Amino acid sequence: MSGAGLDVAKVRADFPILQQEVRGRPLVYLDSAASAQKPQVVIDAISRFYTHDNANVHRGVHTLSERATAAFEGAREKVARFLHAREDKEIVFVRGTTEAINLVVQTFGRKNVGPGDEVLITALEHHANIVPWQMLCEQVGARLKQIPVDKHGDLVLDGLDELLTPRTRILAVTHVSNALGTVVPVKELIRRAHAKGIPVLVDGAQAVTHFSVDVVDLDCDFYAFSGHKLFGPMGIGVLYGKKELLESMPPYQGGGDMILSVTLEKTIYNRVPFRFEAGTPDVAGAVGLGAAIDYLERVGMQSIAAHDRQLLAYAEQALGRVPGLRILGQGRERSGVVSFVMEDIHPHDVGTILDREGVAVRTGHHCAQPLMQCFGVAATVRASLALYNTSEDVDALVRGLQKVREVFA
Amino acid sequence: MSSDLQDLYQEVVLDHGKRPRNFREVEGANHRAQGHNPLCGDQLTVTVKVEGGVIRDIGFQGQGCAISRASASLMTGAVKDRTREEAEQLFEQVHKLVTAGPAEVDTEALGKLAVLSGVSEFPARVKCASLAWHTLRAALRGEAESISTE
Repeated sequence: MSGAGLDVAKVRADFPILQQEVRGRPLVYLDSAASAQKPQVVIDAISRFYTHDNANVHRGVHTLSERATAAFEGAREKVARFLHAREDKEIVFVRGTTEAINLVVQTFGRKNVGPGDEVLITALEHHANIVPWQMLCEQVGARLKQIPVDKHGDLVLDGLDELLTPRTRILAVTHVSNALGTVVPVKELIRRAHAKGIPVLVDGAQAVTHFSVDVVDLDCDFYAFSGHKLFGPMGIGVLYGKKELLESMPPYQGGGDMILSVTLEKTIYNRVPFRFEAGTPDVAGAVGLGAAIDYLERVGMQSIAAHDRQLLAYAEQALGRVPGLRILGQGRERSGVVSFVMEDIHPHDVGTILDREGVAVRTGHHCAQPLMQCFGVAATVRASLALYNTSEDVDALVRGLQKVREVFA
Repeated sequence: MSSDLQDLYQEVVLDHGKRPRNFREVEGANHRAQGHNPLCGDQLTVTVKVEGGVIRDIGFQGQGCAISRASASLMTGAVKDRTREEAEQLFEQVHKLVTAGPAEVDTEALGKLAVLSGVSEFPARVKCASLAWHTLRAALRGEAESISTE
């Protein structure tokens, strides 16, 4: 399948890991929502950095340190451009989405959330956007509340204005559900929260991979994503924050690089974003992420979005025809994943048999146990799609599911 | 079907997975524990009635995959009318069977439980096969978990 200008065969050739067989069959990788594969240009960029430019950043006068610093800050500029941020100072490098959210919790949260206050999340959240807030609420005596989800997997927004109370200090919401693929109307949520002066954090881990995100247009206060889901390396991620908000926040971790001056009596903290980047950062990771962004922009986010939309529609139709299969999550707008259960056959058994057919899917609760409870299941099978997937991959999944039915006939 | 899949999903395993035996709460149980597999969210409860150090009755309830249900079902049949010590020894043998493979244990002595040998080729499924056994051990050992008969 070739969606609006995307040459999938050419894209696939850019990803060396896809050229292999698993258990004697061509690899069908349908688990990019857990971690995406890397194009050769990303692998090369990391290798080139360590081969030619490696040194510590922001502190050497020598050539290599200057090159490493330029590469690191160059990656920050690429991320800022990718998210359409106003300036690169609004980009903080972290380890991943989880750390980005924990950073906001421990800095903004600890400063602004007190006893009796409320933090509002949604029923669609990944554990990474539940547990850090839960920990904060326990620490300070605040309440964690959530926007409920309906049986289709859409958020129920009728009662939103009642949930946004004078005690609500922040709304933390996913852009795309990792478990169901529901696209959340975050722009509307942000508008309604801002109308009451409440800032909003958006977990964009499953969104940035499928469509172009504009943080200024969304007007979100924080936006978080992981490099490894965006075809970049593991161990690097991004927190976007509005500059005036970042500047109002206390530091996250203490250490080198986050200071201007230190005496035993007093430390003057560095300006943003460096205030939040204590210690030697993952420079090679940032460089790799920058290369991934360059790659995606060369392919074109619009072509990627069109391809992903077409392929998701194809997958939903093809899976819908498998007897005994029930798709969970039929939200108004969906992106990137199909989550399903098979009548009487547990997702783990489905996953094991699919693996023997060379098909990699995720099975389990997808780090979204509260959401799974809403749907009355402990686990699902999740097939997730990326720019390198084809309709043939979906067909292989469907054939694998027929095999599952044969085993359990 | 590949041979390791055939070894994993043997007829007996599929049968016990579909129609688990002793899938009930034991009346008058004096030992009980809940097992949880955080990887997949599966949960099961094992209830046991022990008299004079012998497992007189045992049942399990809960949800799980074919492997975990089959293992639990086979376990209830295997440990009934055995002493607690024998049940613990059986646990050791089953654990060895599903982790190291059939060559490492006396499969004759394991009887029907030997059908779980295929699990050793699937490291990701070892927890499924051992969940019920861990839960049984917790039930037998956990004084705090034991409940009164009268």
